[in-house]
Amino acid sequence: MDCYTANWNPLGDSAFYRKYELYSMDWDLKEELRDCLVAAAPYGGPIALLRNPWRKEKAASVRPVLEIYSASGLPLASLLWKSGTVVSLGWSAEEELLCVQEDGGVLVYGLHGDFRRHFSMGNEVLQNRILDARIFHTEFGSGVAILTGAHRFILSANVSDLKLRRMPEVPGLQGAPTCWTALCQDRVAHILLAVGPDLYLLDQSACSAVTPFGLAPGVSSFLQMAVSFTYRHLALFTDTGYIWMGTASLKEKLCEFNCNIRAPPKQMVWCSRPRSKERAVVVAWERRLMVVGDAPESIQYKQLTIQVLLDRLVLRRLYPLAIQICEYLRLPEVQGVSRILAHWACYKVQQKDVSDEDVARAINQKLGDTPGVSYSDIAARAYGCGRTELAIKLLEYEPRSGEQVPLLLKMKRSKLALSKAIESGDTDLVFTVLLHLKNELNRGDFFMTLRNQPMALSLYRQFCKHQELETLKDLYNQDDNHQELGSFHIRASYAAEERIEGRVAALQTAADAFYKAKNEFAAKATEDQMRLLRLQRRLEDELGGRFLDLSLHDTVTTLILGGHNKRAEQLARDFRIPDKRLWWLKLTALADLEDWEELEKFSKSKKSPIGYLPFVEICMKQHNKYEAKKYASRVGPEQKVKALLLVGDVAQAADVAIEHRNEAELSLVLSHCTGATDGATADKIQRARAQAQKK
Amino acid sequence: MAAHLSYGRVNLNVLREAVRRELREFLDKCAGSKAIVWDEYLTGPFGLIAQYSLLKEHEVEKMFTLKGSRLPAADVKNIIFFVRPRLELMDIIAENVLSEDKRGPARDFHILFVPRRSLLCEQRLKDLGVLGSFIHREEYSLDLIPFDGDLLSMESEGAFKECYLESDQTSLYHAAKGLMTLQALYGTIPQIFGKGECARQVANMMIRMKREFTGSQNSIFPVFDNLLLLDRNVDLLTPLATQLTYEGLIDEIYGIQNTSEDFFDKLTVEQEFMSGIDTDKVNSYIEDCIAQKHPLIKVLRLVCLQSVCNSGLKQKVLDYYKKEILQTYGYEHILTLYNLEKAGLLKPQTGGRNNYPTIRKTLRLWMDDVNEQNPTDISYVYSGYAPLSVRLAQLLSRPGWRSIEEVLRILPGPHFEERQPLPTGLQKKRQPGENRVTLIFFLGGVTFAEIAALRFLSQLEDGGTEYVIATTKLMNGASWIESLMEKPF
Repeated sequence: MDCYTANWNPLGDSAFYRKYELYSMDWDLKEELRDCLVAAAPYGGPIALLRNPWRKEKAASVRPVLEIYSASGLPLASLLWKSGTVVSLGWSAEEELLCVQEDGGVLVYGLHGDFRRHFSMGNEVLQNRILDARIFHTEFGSGVAILTGAHRFILSANVSDLKLRRMPEVPGLQGAPTCWTALCQDRVAHILLAVGPDLYLLDQSACSAVTPFGLAPGVSSFLQMAVSFTYRHLALFTDTGYIWMGTASLKEKLCEFNCNIRAPPKQMVWCSRPRSKERAVVVAWERRLMVVGDAPESIQYKQLTIQVLLDRLVLRRLYPLAIQICEYLRLPEVQGVSRILAHWACYKVQQKDVSDEDVARAINQKLGDTPGVSYSDIAARAYGCGRTELAIKLLEYEPRSGEQVPLLLKMKRSKLALSKAIESGDTDLVFTVLLHLKNELNRGDFFMTLRNQPMALSLYRQFCKHQELETLKDLYNQDDNHQELGSFHIRASYAAEERIEGRVAALQTAADAFYKAKNEFAAKATEDQMRLLRLQRRLEDELGGRFLDLSLHDTVTTLILGGHNKRAEQLARDFRIPDKRLWWLKLTALADLEDWEELEKFSKSKKSPIGYLPFVEICMKQHNKYEAKKYASRVGPEQKVKALLLVGDVAQAADVAIEHRNEAELSLVLSHCTGATDGATADKIQRARAQAQKK
Repeated sequence: MAAHLSYGRVNLNVLREAVRRELREFLDKCAGSKAIVWDEYLTGPFGLIAQYSLLKEHEVEKMFTLKGSRLPAADVKNIIFFVRPRLELMDIIAENVLSEDKRGPARDFHILFVPRRSLLCEQRLKDLGVLGSFIHREEYSLDLIPFDGDLLSMESEGAFKECYLESDQTSLYHAAKGLMTLQALYGTIPQIFGKGECARQVANMMIRMKREFTGSQNSIFPVFDNLLLLDRNVDLLTPLATQLTYEGLIDEIYGIQNTSEDFFDKLTVEQEFMSGIDTDKVNSYIEDCIAQKHPLIKVLRLVCLQSVCNSGLKQKVLDYYKKEILQTYGYEHILTLYNLEKAGLLKPQTGGRNNYPTIRKTLRLWMDDVNEQNPTDISYVYSGYAPLSVRLAQLLSRPGWRSIEEVLRILPGPHFEERQPLPTGLQKKRQPGENRVTLIFFLGGVTFAEIAALRFLSQLEDGGTEYVIATTKLMNGASWIESLMEKPF
C-alpha cells in the first residue's frame, strides 16, 4: 500500500501534499510568461496571452501578438494587435476575452480570436488614461472596474448591459492605491482599496474607511489583497509579513498568519478543493509558494453545471460531441440539442465562402422545425456579419412574426416587415411598422404602400382618426372615397367651426362630396341641414331664445310653444313634414301648453290623419278628463272601446263592445270592471256573451 | 375559489385561478408597498377575477383612476399603471410620471399592459422621454374573463364596431390569443368550425400561433371536442329583437321606461317582421314612434329589424325612414345612419330579392306553436323566433352543416372546418351517451337570450352537445346600437 503514500510530503502538522504532473502544456512559448499579460478563464477555460512590448522601450516598433490557447496549451488563435495599449485582459463568464485599453476602450473577442464588439469606459478616461483594470464576475455577469489616471474608480457591473458607475472620490488620495479589488456584496459591486495603513470601501454613494476585525497592530501598508471566487472571503497581506483572512465584510476574522516575509508577493489567490470545507490562500513570490489556511467554508460553492459544460463545448465548436452528451443525458430538446444546433447555425452563417442559399438550406435541413430554435437569433447573427440577404432567407423559416418584424426593420426592409406583420394579425406590429415606414418614405410613397395593403390602410386610418385628422382627409382624397370625405366634413362642421358661416361652408363641402359619391339622399339632407341652420340663426336674431342645433322637429315645437304658429306652419311646409307627424307634433305641443281651446280648434281644422284616440290619450296624460271626453266621442268605431275605457266610461264601453259583438273587446271591458260600481255592467257583458254562445 | 365557475362541464375556475396566479406573480415582482393607477375601463373586468383583498394581500395600499397632470399623494414605494395599450393613455401616464419626478422621494414606476404589451405604446413613452422610468413593463393576458360556469367574455365594448366597420382586427387577435390560453389549460381543441370573415381570420391566427409554439407539445387531455366561431354579422337579426327570457327581459328594460301597452305593441310589430309580415312597406307603428319622439335607439332597432327581415328595404322606404329620423332627432344622426348601413343593419335591398324567407324556412326560425312553460325548442326565448345563431350551432351538432349548404351560402362570409391533429394518446374515446362539449365563440357580442337558448340545448336529455359560450362582449340590442351611434357634439 505504500505506493499511495510514497510521494506525499508533510505540510505543517496535520496536512500532506504531493506533487505530480497532470499534463504538460503543448504550447511553445518564445517569451517568458512574466513578460506577457496573461488571463486564464475559470473552470479550465482558455488562456489568453498578450506579449507585451509596451513595457519594454526597445521593441516599441514591434506590434504585440494576442494569442489564445486552450487550458492544455493548444493554440486556438493568434492575431497581431493593432489597437491601443492594453492595460488588462480578462475572460467574461461567457468566455469572451475583454481587452481593456489605456484609453478606456474595451475590445471583446471570442474564443477563436474573432472580434465581437467594442465599448468604452467613458470619455473621462480619454484624458486621464487607465492605470489599472480588473475584470470580475458577479451573479449578473461579468464586470469591469478601472482606476483612472486621476485616481478615480469607474465600474460596470455587467458588460452585456453596460451602465457606467463613477465611484465617489477617495479623500486625500494623491497616488495610486497600493492594492485594490472589486467586491460584490448584497448584489452590488464595491471597490476595496488600500492607501498606506488605511482601507476604504467605495460604494455608489460614499467612500468609507474600514478596519478588518482583529487586525494585528503595526501595519503601515497593505501590499496585496485577494477576494475569494464567491466574494465571501478576503485575504490581506501587509508590509509586516502578516496575512489576515476573514469575511469580505471585514467583520469576522477566520485566521491570521505571520510568514515573516516582507517582500510584496507576486500573486495571492484563494484556492480550495471541490466539496472540501477547507479554504486556503496561496501566496506566491518569485521562488516561493506558501499555502495558508484553515478556514472552514460553510457553504459549498457551485459546481460547473451541465449547461456551462455544454456552452464550453459549443464555444470550442465541438458540436457533435455536445449533441452526443445531450442525447446520452436525455436532456430535453429545448435545453439540449436545439440549443447546440442553434449555436452551430450561428457559426455556420459566419462562413463567408459559402453562398447565402447554401447556408440557409444547410441550416434549415439540419434544424427543420426543431423546437426551441430561434431562426431570428441566427438571422440576427447573419446580419451582424453583414449578410443581410442571408438573414432575410433565414427569417423566412421563423414562425414567430413578433421576432421577424423588428429585425427586418433594423435591416431597413420595412415593406417586407409590413407584409410579415400583416400576416401575423398582430395589429400592434403592423402599427409599429407603419410608423417606421411613415418616417422612412416620402408621403407619396407611403400612401402608395398603404394603398396596396388594405388591412394596414384601415389600421392607419384608425390611427389618424385619433392622432392626425388632417392625414385622414388626405387618405380619403387619395382613394376618391367621397362618402367618407362627406362624413369627415360633417364631423368637422361640428368640431372645428364656431361661426355659423364656417359651419355652413363645411356642410357645403360635405354635400359636394356626397354628390360626388352619388349619395343624393345624404347630399340633400345636408343641404336641408344648411337651410335649417341659417333659419335657426335668423329665428334667434328675430325672436331671441335658443334654436341652433335643435332638430327640425324640436324647432317647430319650440315655435308653437312660443306662440309663433304661423312660422311653425311655414317651416313645416318648407321642409315638407308629413301631415301625420305634424299632427302628433302639434297635439303634443298644445297639450304641453294646456292650451285646450287652441287644441280643440286644431282638432276641428280638418279630419285628423292620426284619428282622435291620441287626443284622448294626451288629455288623460294631462289629467284633463273633461277635455278627453270631448274627443272620445269622435274616436272611430275600431278604437272606440279603448277610448271610452280611457275616460273611465265603462258602461258605455260595454254597450259599444256588445254592439260590436267583439269577444276581445268584451273581455277588455270586463277586465276594467272593478268592485261593486261596475257590477251591473259586468252582468250585462256576461249575459251578452251567453247569448252570443247560444247563437 | 369561485364556486359558481366550477359547476359546469368545464371547470372555468382553472382559468380564473391561472389569471389570478399571473396577477399575484406580477405584484410580487414589484416588492414593497404599492399604489395602482387604473385605466378606468379595466376596473370592471378586474373585479371579476380579483377582489380588493387579493390586491391588499400583495401590499396594494392605494388605488387611483388614471387622470392627467399629477398623481394624488401616496406614501408607497411602487406606482403601477394598469392600462390598455392605447396611445392617448400613454400621454397621460407620461404627464403623471414627469410631474412626479419633480417632487418627493423617488418611487419605482411599472406598467402592466392589459391584455398585451405594445411596441407602439412603448415607442410613444420613449418619444415622451419616460420609457426609462419604468422598471417593469409587462403584459397581463386577461383576454377571456369567466363570468359563469359556462360563460366567458372579453368585455371589449368596441369589438363589433372595430371588426365590422373599421376593419380593425385587434380584438380578433386578442380573441385568438385568448383561445390559445384556453387550449393551454384545457387541451388542444381537435375541430374548429366557423362561419364569417372574422371567424376565418381568428382560425387562421390560431393555426399560425400554434405553429409558433411548435416546441411545447400540449399534453393535456382535451376538454373541448370542438370550437364554433361565429361572426355576429352572420346573424344581425337576433340581438335586434326584444329578449323574452327572464334574464333577457331584465337586461332589456333596465333603465328604459315603457308603458306595458306600448311594450306589447312593439312586440307585435317585431313578431310580424320576424315571421315575414309586411316587411316591405313603411310601418305605421314605427312612424308613430318617430312622431312621438320615442327614444332613438328603440326606433333604430325597429327599423334595422325590418331591414334585416326583408334583406334590405326598398330605397323609397329606406329614404323615408331616414328622412323622418333626421328631421325629428337631428341631422347629426346622418353619421349614425351611415354606420348602421356600413354594418349591414340598415340597407337598400339589392337585386330586388328578399332572402329572408328562405333562411327563415330552412332554419325554421319561426315556430307558431311555442310552449313557453315546457319548451321543446329554442324559439321560446323570443316567443316564436328561434335565434339564427343558435340554430346554426344546433344544426352543426346534428345533422351537420352539409344539410344547409344553400342557406350558408346566402349568409355572409365563408364557412369552414379545420382539424388540429392530436397525438394518439390524447384522442378521446367517447363513452356511449356521453355528450360532446362545444366552445361557441361569438365574435362581436352575444345576448342573454342566445345564452339561454344554448343552455336549453345543453340541458336536453338527448341533445348530445353541451355548450360553453365565449364572446367579445355581453350585449343587448340597445347597447349594441348605441355602440354604433356617433354623436359629433
